[in-house]
Amino acid sequence: MPKDSGIGASPKRREDVRFLSGTGNYTDDIQVTGQAYVHFLRSDVAHAKINGLNLDAASAMPGVVKIFTGADFEGVGGIPCGWQVTDRHGEPMQEPAHPVLAQGKVRYVGDQIAAVVAETLEQARDAAEAIEVDLEELPAVVDMKAALAEGATKVHDDLTSNLCYDWGFVEENKPAVDAAFEAAAHVTTLELRNNRLVANPMEPRVAIGDFNRATGESTLYTTSQNPHVIRLLMGAFVLGIPEHKLRVVAPDVGGGFGTKIFHYAEEAFCTFAAKALNRPVKWTSTRSEAFISDAHGRDHVTKIELALDADNNFTALRTDTYANMGAYLSTFAPSVPTWLHGTLMAGNYKTPLIYVNVKAVFTNTVPVDAYRGAGRPEATYQLERVIDKAARELGVDPIALRRQNFITEFPYATPVAVEYDTGDYHGTMDALEKMADLSGFEARRKESEARGKLRGFGVNCYIEACGIAPSNLVGQLGARAGLYESATVRVNATGGIVVMTGSHSHGQGHETSFPQVIAEMIGIDESMVEIEHGDTANTPMGMGTYGSRSIAVGGSAMVRATEKIIAKAKKIAAHLMEAAEADIELKDGAFSVAGTDKSVAWGDVTLAAYVPHNYPLEDIEPGLEETAFYDPANFTYPSGAYACEVEVDPDTGKVTIEAFNAADDFGNIINPMIVDGQVHGGIGQGIGQALLENAAYDENGQLLSASYMDYAMPRASDVPFYGVDHSSQTPCTHNPLGVKGCGEAGAIGSPPAVVNAVVDALRSGGHDIHHIDMPVSPSRVWQAMNG
Amino acid sequence: MSQVTMTVNGKEMSGDAEGRTLLSQFLRETLGLTGTHVGCDTSQCGACVVHVDGVAVKSCTMLAMEAEGASVDTIEGQAAQDGTLNALQQAFQDHHGLQCGFCTPGMIMSAADLLKSNPNPTEAEVRHHLEGNICRCTGYHNIVKAIMAASGQDVSSIAAE
Ligand code: FES
Ligand code: FES
Repeated sequence: MPKDSGIGASPKRREDVRFLSGTGNYTDDIQVTGQAYVHFLRSDVAHAKINGLNLDAASAMPGVVKIFTGADFEGVGGIPCGWQVTDRHGEPMQEPAHPVLAQGKVRYVGDQIAAVVAETLEQARDAAEAIEVDLEELPAVVDMKAALAEGATKVHDDLTSNLCYDWGFVEENKPAVDAAFEAAAHVTTLELRNNRLVANPMEPRVAIGDFNRATGESTLYTTSQNPHVIRLLMGAFVLGIPEHKLRVVAPDVGGGFGTKIFHYAEEAFCTFAAKALNRPVKWTSTRSEAFISDAHGRDHVTKIELALDADNNFTALRTDTYANMGAYLSTFAPSVPTWLHGTLMAGNYKTPLIYVNVKAVFTNTVPVDAYRGAGRPEATYQLERVIDKAARELGVDPIALRRQNFITEFPYATPVAVEYDTGDYHGTMDALEKMADLSGFEARRKESEARGKLRGFGVNCYIEACGIAPSNLVGQLGARAGLYESATVRVNATGGIVVMTGSHSHGQGHETSFPQVIAEMIGIDESMVEIEHGDTANTPMGMGTYGSRSIAVGGSAMVRATEKIIAKAKKIAAHLMEAAEADIELKDGAFSVAGTDKSVAWGDVTLAAYVPHNYPLEDIEPGLEETAFYDPANFTYPSGAYACEVEVDPDTGKVTIEAFNAADDFGNIINPMIVDGQVHGGIGQGIGQALLENAAYDENGQLLSASYMDYAMPRASDVPFYGVDHSSQTPCTHNPLGVKGCGEAGAIGSPPAVVNAVVDALRSGGHDIHHIDMPVSPSRVWQAMNG
Repeated sequence: MSQVTMTVNGKEMSGDAEGRTLLSQFLRETLGLTGTHVGCDTSQCGACVVHVDGVAVKSCTMLAMEAEGASVDTIEGQAAQDGTLNALQQAFQDHHGLQCGFCTPGMIMSAADLLKSNPNPTEAEVRHHLEGNICRCTGYHNIVKAIMAASGQDVSSIAAE
């Protein structure tokens, strides 16, 4: 019988009511009295020297308040990078300056040359057109390998080359890995590209800066997944505003998927300009602007090799990746191809020896950073593709080969520096085989063949590291921030509760799922608990939402704070009932004395805390409010097995997804409905990456797919209903809820399943192909069959 | 600038608009009806769908002036006066057909248009009708399910919610 409240129930989402009735409060819905509008003049060439800017005509245009250029930002800090990677030789990565507005040079199509502030947006746009820009075009560096060639044009003149870092992991293992390859019975090699993507949350980014002369306080309203992180980075590194004078508000945010983690120049600009002009300044990105200014994702070029012994056991793995950083280092860019990618290369398998090399490269393209999964999809894709290829080369069943090499004992220390606490990889695979009706596949294939179509089945396993992360560990790895989360639980006199969390919901449903946890802990109705998030002025310090960390880290902080509340409430209850504190039990919203029929209700205790007439004032303070900071002891390790079934039309090369099934192990689950939704959304994006999406540049650094006319977003008719199962649950051992996180799984687990299925379909038609790069578009499939 | 008057959700409203002011912009900025969203500048995302004289329109493809005298329905007018959600809105909540909520107003207005002309759509018809509405969060599963449920069909056999 499914529960109807508390942990494990699926109450309807309370936030839906405002979203469904048009009363959400997204950043662009905010109008600050007296606001001016900014339009950014962006470079339309990929690489050029700015020889001069003539603002005369533009400044005289109607409504123009002021035009800012790089010169106005001399002495202001640049946009900081939040993660420093140390290379194979122990040297720090090359880290270029990243000015708020271009200084002397533009480095990608979209780089901000000037910012026009005017009374209306139209006036700002009109005036931007009147700015005379004298650009001296330079050769654009687009291809990563060409960027590293001897004599290549440098993106940053003051760096020694376009190489950001050359990272080896684990460097000491390299000789042993190489030796294992020498000794291998079979080696499978695969070269592939993890295609560049644009995250495309449906809400474009918005920033509104405001300044209050009377208090000297700056406020930034922004579409962010982590307002406190923006306050930290922008306040401390860019504008020099102390935290108590800077408030960052991220109200309802229309999707993030990683690209709204980062601190962007537009945020710093609006905050800076609001103070300089003493009036609010608002920027709303257009979708076209988003394509050339939101950080992109993925874009790895990889060669992976898998060594097997004569019994088909994996003996070693070696991968070589070029990772595109774009023109500047976005907030967490350096960590994505390294710590979020290399540490995942063991996957679900007990491969004893692994070596990962990553070269991060600067190019004249939009900066690249985390996109849903961030590093983990790139790891999973190459690993699961090479395993599939190995199975086909060896003539063994791809599922059997995976099962044979599964890790089955936990905790398991991988050769890539992480320790999986729990998992049941056979369990998720069993669930998958059942759900996907694997035994019926041959009949379905025959049926497709009878209609002249090729049918394929592809499977994929994934492991991810979520709940980012132990601060002391990430500090050693180069993070320039801690990665805890905090929560304040405020209990009111009448027993209602407000939780202020540093986590942020931009679709994940915190306002519904977080109260379920507290309701369960205290035994009160969920409607008595309210969640506040997204405003640094009334929430404690937080690190925000990304890396599937909200419930695992933010939820744990809330549990810890609630435990403190319960401990104090028990003291009060003990006093009220004249009993020993150790005898007090809390159940169904009432405190009772063990072994007696004495009890006081939750509301009586909370009232006593605020009306302390009969209260142990000598022992404890009045009031009932607690804060906790939770710093996780380890990552969490969700895992799963996914299967995709496709049909390929051999005449056109068109791939249709016939079925998609996902069996995940997320540990304990708070709200199954929300978890299913997260998986659905991730699969939708993964199918998008596999079949449709590609941020393509031409050799001059022009983004060819820079609008929804050219960048193929998945639509309702591109995807089927998905099968989702999370009956396999191995709880996390080191957080109080036993939860693992579910936000990215779908996007990590699905692309390899799709490509494996397409390859399987084509091979069933007699085509001897092993790989097609994503997106597996009709033209690529047709060429593979006919080329 | 000139004055434009239209009936929005049953109420006559007017405001100033330039010749180039889009209906989406007029609704959001001049009339303060921010439930209608703008997700693109190439008329492809569908976040801005409203009904003009009973027909679903992407309000970013229409000038405010073209709506002079028209009857415009937006997401704000869909629930009852007391806030009770209509059947379609309720189905979206019941079946978790939204996450961040940004595409949702357009989805609701677009789906309402479908159900008016086709009260019992198949899965394929729903998916086809949503061709002009992009959602990045839900993978469409629960949106399609919600719309079919709102039409009175039994969706319990469709995999998990
Ligand atoms: S805003 Fe109208 S279709 Fe995108
Ligand atoms: S719910 Fe976020 S875009 Fe659809």
